[in-house]
Amino acid sequence: MWLWFSKLGSPKWFYELSGKWLPWLVGPMAFLLVVGIVLALLFVPPDYQQGNTIRIMYIHVPFASISLAFFPLMALAGTITLVWRMKLADIVAKTAAPLGAWFTALALASGSIWGSDIWGTWWIWDGRLTSMLLQLFLLIGVISLRSALEDAEAAAKACAVLSIVGCINVVVIKYSVDWWNTLHQPSSPFSVSNEAPNPPEVWVPLVIMIFAVYLFFAVSLILSIRNEILVSERRSEWVQQLVQGS
Amino acid sequence: MFDVIQFSSLGEFLNMGGYAFNVWAVYALFVVFFSVNLYYPLMQKKHIFSEQKRRLIVNKEMHPKNDDNKEVENLATHVGGEDV
Repeated sequence: MWLWFSKLGSPKWFYELSGKWLPWLVGPMAFLLVVGIVLALLFVPPDYQQGNTIRIMYIHVPFASISLAFFPLMALAGTITLVWRMKLADIVAKTAAPLGAWFTALALASGSIWGSDIWGTWWIWDGRLTSMLLQLFLLIGVISLRSALEDAEAAAKACAVLSIVGCINVVVIKYSVDWWNTLHQPSSPFSVSNEAPNPPEVWVPLVIMIFAVYLFFAVSLILSIRNEILVSERRSEWVQQLVQGS
Repeated sequence: MFDVIQFSSLGEFLNMGGYAFNVWAVYALFVVFFSVNLYYPLMQKKHIFSEQKRRLIVNKEMHPKNDDNKEVENLATHVGGEDV
């Protein structure tokens, strides 16, 4: 078991394995994206209140929901870094932070554009929006913290701690719509207890887009992790052989 | 289930029931984000490979008989190559 564990933490092992995974992630991602976007843009019936702006949901919701995964992921990687000092875990935490900032920014931007017409305002200090903005700032904080500390090991530890603390905000984001019910609506597409449940034409494309964006998240993360491995392991024999063979 | 296209003409589709700006802005943002997110790591990988190749070549020229990887470790300071 420990052999397996240390193998899992080896950057070389991950580099080789992820190389085999990538095609199996990129293929379904491309397929689901095309199907999802065609359905969302052409076949979804306009909402009775929001009209065609409902099509924004198929971008906004998947990105907003995957944004919540970054802090738990970084906290998990950070815990492994703190306890076992696994090299790979810190590489994951390091690459996830900037990616998370971009995903969060896109969720905020798409939500803002959606709200500009439906709510009549680009921004409001509502619980959901504010806590999401806080997540963006926290992620920028983690990135700056890492670049501010020269000692890589100290930086890894500090970022791990901040990531674990930052998880509190994820809980706030999740329940913000129930705690402070202002403009941002609670999750509705999947509610079955509703008196008028949404027809499959509405939620099936959303499920497809959510899977597509989750795969996109996995692909982007793996690509960045692989680059980070190449840089941090550039002096090892296997990377040099890889470079010579290319 | 998905048997009806909701728009009767291309013009209507582009107009998005008066919400053309909102809908297309979000989808444009998505396309830009998606492409940059895949393109950038691939370019970065190319850059890393070419940079490492250059270091290996310089190392061979400076230490023709030395195949020891340890030497490469000192190379960054010898060559003054920027960190990737």
